[in-house]
Amino acid sequence: MKTLTNLTLKIWRQDGPDGQGRFETHQIPEISDEASFLEMLDILNERLIEEGKEAIVFDHDCREGICGTCSLMIDGRAHGPQQGAATCQLHMRTFSSGAEIVIEPWRASAFPIIKDLMVDRSAFDRIVEAGGYITAPTGGAPDANLIPIPKPVADASMDAAACIGCGACVAACPNGAASLFTSAKLAHLNLLPQGQAERYKRAESMVEKMDEYFGSCTNHGECEAACPKEISIDNIATMNVDYLKSKFKNRKALAR
Amino acid sequence: MTITLDSKVPEGPLADKWQNYIANQKLVNPSNKRKFKIIVVGTGLAGASAAATLGELGYQVEAFTFHDSPRRAHSIAAQGGINAAKNYQGDGDSIHRLFYDTIKGGDFRAREANVHRLAEVSVDIIDQMVAQGVPFAREYGGLLDNRSFGGAQVSRTFYARGQTGQQLLLGAYQQLARQIGLGNVKLWNRMEMVDVVTVEGRCVGIVCRDLMTGDFTTHSAHAVVLATGGYGNAFFLSTNAMACNVTGAWRAHRRGAAFANPCYTQIHPTCIPQADDFQSKLTLMSESLRNDGRIWVPKNADETRPPDQIPEEDRDYYLERIYPSFGNLAPRDVSSRAAKRMVDAGQGVGPLKNGVYLDFAEAIGRLGESTIRERYGNLFDMYERITGENPYQVPMRIYPASHYTMGGLWVDYELMTTIPGLFAAGEANFSDHGANRLGASALMQGLSDGYFVLPYTMAPYLADLLNKPVPDTTHPEFAKVELEARDRFKQYMSIGGTKTPDHFHRELGQIIWDYCGMDRNATGLEKALSEIPALHEEFKKDLRVTGSDTSVNQTLEKAGRVDDFFELGMLMCKDALNREESCGGHFRSEYQTEEGEAVRNDDDFAYVSAWEWTGDMANPVEHKEQLEYEVVKFQTRSYK
Amino acid sequence: MAQTLNRGPVSGTAAKPPAKKKPFFVDFYSTAVGKKYAMAITGIIGIGFVIGHMVGNLKMYLGVVTKGGEQVYDIDVYGEFLREIFVPLLPEQAFLWIVRIVLILALVLHVHAAYSLTVLNRKARPVKYQTARDYQVANFASRTMRWTGIIVVLFIAWHLADLTWGWVHPDFVKGAVYYNIDQSLSRLPVAALYIVANIALGIHLFHGTWSLFQSMGWNNPRFNNWRRYLATGVATIVVVGNVSFPIAVLAGIVEYDPTAVTVPLEEAAE
Ligand SMILES: Cc1cc2nc3c(=O)[nH]c(=O)nc-3n(C[C@H](O)[C@H](O)[C@H](O)COP(=O)(O)OP(=O)(O)OC[C@H]3O[C@@H](n4cnc5c(N)ncnc54)[C@H](O)[C@@H]3O)c2cc1C
Ligand code: HEM
Ligand code: HEM
Ligand code: SF4
Ligand code: F3S
Ligand code: FES
Repeated sequence: MKTLTNLTLKIWRQDGPDGQGRFETHQIPEISDEASFLEMLDILNERLIEEGKEAIVFDHDCREGICGTCSLMIDGRAHGPQQGAATCQLHMRTFSSGAEIVIEPWRASAFPIIKDLMVDRSAFDRIVEAGGYITAPTGGAPDANLIPIPKPVADASMDAAACIGCGACVAACPNGAASLFTSAKLAHLNLLPQGQAERYKRAESMVEKMDEYFGSCTNHGECEAACPKEISIDNIATMNVDYLKSKFKNRKALAR
Repeated sequence: MTITLDSKVPEGPLADKWQNYIANQKLVNPSNKRKFKIIVVGTGLAGASAAATLGELGYQVEAFTFHDSPRRAHSIAAQGGINAAKNYQGDGDSIHRLFYDTIKGGDFRAREANVHRLAEVSVDIIDQMVAQGVPFAREYGGLLDNRSFGGAQVSRTFYARGQTGQQLLLGAYQQLARQIGLGNVKLWNRMEMVDVVTVEGRCVGIVCRDLMTGDFTTHSAHAVVLATGGYGNAFFLSTNAMACNVTGAWRAHRRGAAFANPCYTQIHPTCIPQADDFQSKLTLMSESLRNDGRIWVPKNADETRPPDQIPEEDRDYYLERIYPSFGNLAPRDVSSRAAKRMVDAGQGVGPLKNGVYLDFAEAIGRLGESTIRERYGNLFDMYERITGENPYQVPMRIYPASHYTMGGLWVDYELMTTIPGLFAAGEANFSDHGANRLGASALMQGLSDGYFVLPYTMAPYLADLLNKPVPDTTHPEFAKVELEARDRFKQYMSIGGTKTPDHFHRELGQIIWDYCGMDRNATGLEKALSEIPALHEEFKKDLRVTGSDTSVNQTLEKAGRVDDFFELGMLMCKDALNREESCGGHFRSEYQTEEGEAVRNDDDFAYVSAWEWTGDMANPVEHKEQLEYEVVKFQTRSYK
Repeated sequence: MAQTLNRGPVSGTAAKPPAKKKPFFVDFYSTAVGKKYAMAITGIIGIGFVIGHMVGNLKMYLGVVTKGGEQVYDIDVYGEFLREIFVPLLPEQAFLWIVRIVLILALVLHVHAAYSLTVLNRKARPVKYQTARDYQVANFASRTMRWTGIIVVLFIAWHLADLTWGWVHPDFVKGAVYYNIDQSLSRLPVAALYIVANIALGIHLFHGTWSLFQSMGWNNPRFNNWRRYLATGVATIVVVGNVSFPIAVLAGIVEYDPTAVTVPLEEAAE
């Protein structure tokens, strides 16, 4: 166990969605390198409360990289300097003594800042509500082994399904695009035989819902680099084709 | 109000009870379903599946979660898998065997009829989830793969990599999202339920606090479902997510819902030990690691050498020594307690001497590093990320941690609590696991409750209310309860003491862990029962909450949750003290054999303890639901 | 921009007003993904043209050839050839005009899509990050598409005024391609402009060529690695080829020599 000393934190504080916002500087004289990044913020918050100040608001829950709640822009990188990990999986040993660490919230118009470092990501829910499901009302399902699914297909679907909905892709994308998130959900469902019936309807409605909130994809690839689950941008290409096809197929279906 | 515990178990032979129930239950006609409003609090596996299904059926559903999205519920964190009696592997599994294993795993403290129903519908859960697009692991032939889990003799666990809970929750969430999109379900996110409202003994709605604005709102309904998860965070350190809390269940308890078996908590043997005083939560490492790792501690408490320099003769492979036939695979509670004994004896390892080694050196030597990497690569990576140590070279350090709570709101066969109109589902109820839960059965229970039980069992209650007026939010009781809630939160703000909610939570958790954790005894529990109220008094006087109550204030949220944990902590200790036997997750050191095996007392304690709130947390009233076993016979387990 | 949060329950979010049936192109193009298809397709047309144009221009290195008994610059012949493709199937210059129209439409569409997507992206992040970003993979090329694109458009405008219409040309002789190039690029600032613009184009294509595979959804794990090589190749070829021309002119490798040809300047236009 080592101790880091003299850290300077520049943290974004903002009172509300249309508050002015500013950086606040806090010193961390020492901290164990075993601490997680969020535990460091916990400690800072306890100190702030003891000093009678308001604690810094930030989103977090599972603290093991699966719920997708944590969401910090650390030193210009979504989820911080560690590849393939969420903010909550970041430990202080990644930093060194004397470092200045800048913490900002995710920034995108679809993710309004609720307070300090907490943003509202419900736009993701709207995209899923638009079509990110397989219609299978409870009770009517056939036997689970009725349709065999080749293992590579199931695996590829699982790769995409691993998305935790954290929004780092949007935060990292220079365009504020949600293509990685949307395409991951589409790939998860569109790869499976169960997902075929609604495949094109799903692609069409999810892409169009995404358009209402987010920017467009210029294929920067930043999203993939920031994604804690390392979801591949190949999914974006697949989404584009499916969307194009949906325009033909859905029209044909309607014309009948 | 006096509580009567009527389990409403249907007539007939065990295996037919559920079918009989379905055949004879009252139905609500489709066009009448629209007339009923149902509130579902919690959108984890249990809540999301219930809300989606009820919405599909045509009820007006309103779903509440304090998360920003239903997809964040703690169910997302489950790793291992979900059980189902599919017998796809042809290894002799059956509904009866799953039923039996669950009863036995629960140390004969669960209600037979509920458990049998759980085993029956387990089969439908897998069908439903696959239809919904859950990418379960598959064999090369394209059929579903299974593994054996938690020492089960059959392979009945379905899994999706190490992310089964995530994939199942996403399945249920997506189905719920569809209903929200269609307008059949209304979703309230970042809303915390802070009380339930009862009128004439029936539950008629809830009071919520909007976590974004601090506003209090009231909501009325014909029936309310609580699916608010477990209370493992009472220990402060646990594998649960930071926000897991007991408030939902506890507030219902305070309004008349009996709380059952609070002392039944499950400790998971393989978690990463605490590294520091400010540690916020513990991380679970899959139990599968015990298949290849060997657990040991140094023989000498003053050992200072690094592990690889400690020669064989100075190591104590205590599990292999004490339980030669099960060795490192001894059951969760047995191996947890053994680890605790080693650490208490000063033989713990790591900087804080608070863990035991889980050593892969031998397995790596035997199978090669690549095989180990293939089997556990991602777990090893996760371990390294958290501890900074490379487990291929240095043995892992593990220690038990609080993981799951079997106790919860008492419910009858229809999952209704002792308050008519208030139902409880998932980890929030006590229903199916008895004194201990089998690995991979919590997900199964959550989905069973939400998908296949509640949609049937709520109908009779609702059918009786058809065309009868129910109180809406203008009823004075709503205003009264809302005011109480408002005052409570105002109170936290105005104490103006010196200590943070986390400070109190940590202290409280320590007391509960020390005296009501893995190993309990009367003296310790008595001590806890006197220390908790003292700390609670201090909490009420010395709490400090900064910030405002009209925008997000996580300190304030936490204060409310910790307050409820105090009262729950008392009840846990009370229940643990009353239960003078060792069973499942409840181990009383006074009741053990010479070899340290739990001694159960079926003559005196084969009952569910259901506690009634009296207004005084030191003096709850215990009610007993005697457990009658028609089919299974009591048995003592032995792992020697 | 002030952001607002809506409270209260959400429901019925997937309900869509009954959509009026729009023509396929309008419908498709109205979304960002559709616009990206348009960009990629028009981009491919552009790449095709730029490479073809560059290869055609290489003819200036062939110098003088004999054609119909006359000594003429090969590139002048080539200019003539372009005008006469599919003659007599089509009238003279008809094919050239078809190509021109396609090119104009493509450019207009490409620029329109680029513009509207840029507006969309700006709106998607009205408040920028307040401190420097630490980009991992987004490179200079991908982040400057708009700027390199604008440089290219401005260049095209100048370029047409220069070598097609002769408005900014010191001594424009219609049809005397070799002469015109020499005259124009002998001016140092103009040569510099050509060099800068073509480097900008190369940068644009370095990202664009890679990117269009994603936009078109041409994605196959087997050839994904090759997209980067292809993009580098396209960009290099275009830059090396096109930049070589002004340098060659400045170095005197390309220099109009009235004594080498048998057709006088004024008649070359015929
Ligand atoms: C690390 C870990 C691994 C696990 N692995 C497995 C496994 O492999 N197999 C297995 O079967 N089980 C496993 N479990 C157990 C299992 O995950 C849980 O028991 C189960 O998911 C609980 O589901 P639930 O729906 O009851 O509650 P949760 O998923 O906890 O959901 C609770 C919901 O209630 C909401 N809520 C709570 N209180 C309020 C309130 N006051 N107001 C508004 N909303 C509220 C929350 O927002 C949330 O939506 C694991 C548990 C842990 C901690
Ligand atoms: C003849 C000249 C041009 C060629 C050959 C060309 C080519 C391309 C290509 C191939 C792409 C990739 C498309 C994709 O990602 O699918 C592209 C993208 C782009 N081009 Fe051009 N382009 C040209 C001119 C311009 C001009 C004049 C502009 C703008 C002012 C421009 C702006 C852009 C932009 C902004 C992109 C990124 C697309 C996006 O953000 O979605 N280009 N270009
Ligand atoms: C250094 C490089 C270049 C040279 C020497 C060059 C030269 C010329 C010449 C001589 C012409 C006139 C041909 C004729 O009238 O018959 C021409 C036309 C043209 N060039 Fe270039 N060019 C160069 C680069 C480019 C680039 C990079 C682009 C576009 C991105 C471009 C676009 C055009 C267009 C659009 C025309 C008009 C074609 C037509 O009349 O249909 N050129 N170029
Ligand atoms: S795609 Fe990756 S970065 Fe985007 S939301 Fe999903 S997990 Fe987060
Ligand atoms: S970073 Fe943005 S531009 Fe596309 S490839 Fe990723 S969404
Ligand atoms: S807190 Fe759950 S992913 Fe980080």
